[in-house]
Amino acid sequence: MIGGRRWTVTAGLILTGTIAIAAVAAPFIAPNAPNVLFEDRSFAPPMRLHIIGDGGLSAPFVYRQVLEDRVGGRFRSDVDTPLTLHWFSGGHLVSVPSGQEPLLILGADAIGRDLFSRVLFGAQRSLAVALAGVAGALLIGALVGGFAGSQGGRTESTLMWFSDFLLALPGAYLVLVLRGLLPLVLSNWEVFLLLASLFALTAWPHAARGVRAIISVERARDYAEAARAIGAGPIRMFLHLLPAARGFLALEVVLLVPALLVAEATVSYLGLGFPTASPSWGTLLQDAASVSALSNAPWVLAPAASLFLVTLGLHLVNPERAPRV
Amino acid sequence: MARSVLAGLIVRRCAAAVVFVMIVACAAFLLVRLAPGDAATDLQLRVADPAVIAATRARLGLDQPLTTQFGRWLVGLAHFDLGQSSTFGRPVASLVTDRLLNTAQLAGLALVLATLVGLPLGVMSGARPDSWLAKCVTTVSLVIAACPPIIATLILLWVALLTGWLSVRAGSLALPVIALAAPVAAMLERIQSQSSAEAAHSTSVLAAAARGVPSSRLTWIHATRQSLRPVLGVYGVVVATLFSGSIAVETITDWPGLGRLTLEAVQGRDLFLVSGCALAGAVLIAASNLAADLLRLAIDPRLRSAT
Repeated sequence: MIGGRRWTVTAGLILTGTIAIAAVAAPFIAPNAPNVLFEDRSFAPPMRLHIIGDGGLSAPFVYRQVLEDRVGGRFRSDVDTPLTLHWFSGGHLVSVPSGQEPLLILGADAIGRDLFSRVLFGAQRSLAVALAGVAGALLIGALVGGFAGSQGGRTESTLMWFSDFLLALPGAYLVLVLRGLLPLVLSNWEVFLLLASLFALTAWPHAARGVRAIISVERARDYAEAARAIGAGPIRMFLHLLPAARGFLALEVVLLVPALLVAEATVSYLGLGFPTASPSWGTLLQDAASVSALSNAPWVLAPAASLFLVTLGLHLVNPERAPRV
Repeated sequence: MARSVLAGLIVRRCAAAVVFVMIVACAAFLLVRLAPGDAATDLQLRVADPAVIAATRARLGLDQPLTTQFGRWLVGLAHFDLGQSSTFGRPVASLVTDRLLNTAQLAGLALVLATLVGLPLGVMSGARPDSWLAKCVTTVSLVIAACPPIIATLILLWVALLTGWLSVRAGSLALPVIALAAPVAAMLERIQSQSSAEAAHSTSVLAAAARGVPSSRLTWIHATRQSLRPVLGVYGVVVATLFSGSIAVETITDWPGLGRLTLEAVQGRDLFLVSGCALAGAVLIAASNLAADLLRLAIDPRLRSAT
């Protein structure tokens, strides 16, 4: 059992770590810029990587894509012109010789942008806004929960009543209503800050409840008693007691990041998040909204798959507790 | 004596539910009223004539001060009159009731499905964690728990388009219900599995085993009775979760629920409609939480003596 648990934790860490590194290194890994439109590449399928050419085994190459039927959106591989992949050239991990075809590892979206590159840049934005939201939620949660736990009495019950009240509300509704009340057209940074703060404001009660429970137990222990006896004030007491909640807060990151990634996806999918020129996983999923795109170009689900992998990885890291959906 | 304590408890919970609903509805009203823009803003962009705009604002009562407007709305509320929607031109009450019933149907069916699938599987995998069946269930539920409703809906939609197993017509309920229920079922399975595994080693189950109670009865009755508490404890959160998830599911599958209506109302700054939606949603949440509380009291006698 212990051995099995270790194995899944390692797998989870590798999975999330890989995606995090891919997100940070997006400008290097992505073969194309996220917003370049490639002509005649609307819903182009993913290119297949070949390693066996005419003369047997060769360096990895792809075939040129040719648009065969514009109305039906059919493509064929031009087997006469293999394009050998270039590694570590021009500041990109992998690319095809410049001036020729775009390298479309995951195919193209509705207007011919490279989906793989957009998913990578989207990972950057989605993960960043979720992490910022989690940081805010943990900060507020630790302050409110810590304050409630170390004060006790009426302060404690009022603050916990308020966080229970917020917990009973559906978070997605809360975020959407608050977002809908604010101006629709904002700059990228404004959207980022706004979403991160809305996420923090709706997610903090989860952290606050746990921190309060831990602190109110700690408060009765000898070291807390001793600190109080030598005259520690409320702030010093808070700083003394808070480290006891470290483990809990770390677990909370693992539970809240997937929840906030989903929140970002929902808000952006509904058109209230990032604009399409600055891709996030939610805005990318808008392409999957049309039934015809979904059945003809299932690669538009790539952002959903990425979201799934991050969530799965984080759940694997923390097999002890049931996931929060 | 015990009965009056229980009755008092129920009355307190009901009162708390009413307070909850009122706070949510009033907060929604005040938020929309204080947010930038109102129902005439859209008109302002299309019609330049200030007289027309002023007339609209007067008709909608937007020229009144906040306190008058709020007071009138509260008086209306006491008569079950939620006002007129400025975007739809219909009474809010009828508009909201339709949508509320749709969302309640979707979320309710999802809750039932998740419970019927998740709980028995959890009891099973918790009772024999080393059997291959339990390992399969654990793996599958770990995967499904990582598929939030927005992803589950898109993937099911894609599978349905490929294979034709599920109807993708608007108004067909199977796909949205399954998509909404799947991650919740997985979550319930995980919680119940842990709790069942703990209960299987408890002294009371051990004593029952010593008396010669057959093992299936031990698992499904003795251990389950005392292991339901953690699952019942999360039902309040599950209701909020189903509500959150329903927005994405309703949008993708074109199910006319409360989520879409709320969003349209907020964007149109439809004051009475937003408040009506908030009221309706809060009623549904409060009612489900109340039901979950009562269920908990009925199943777990320990809670009755504790409070």
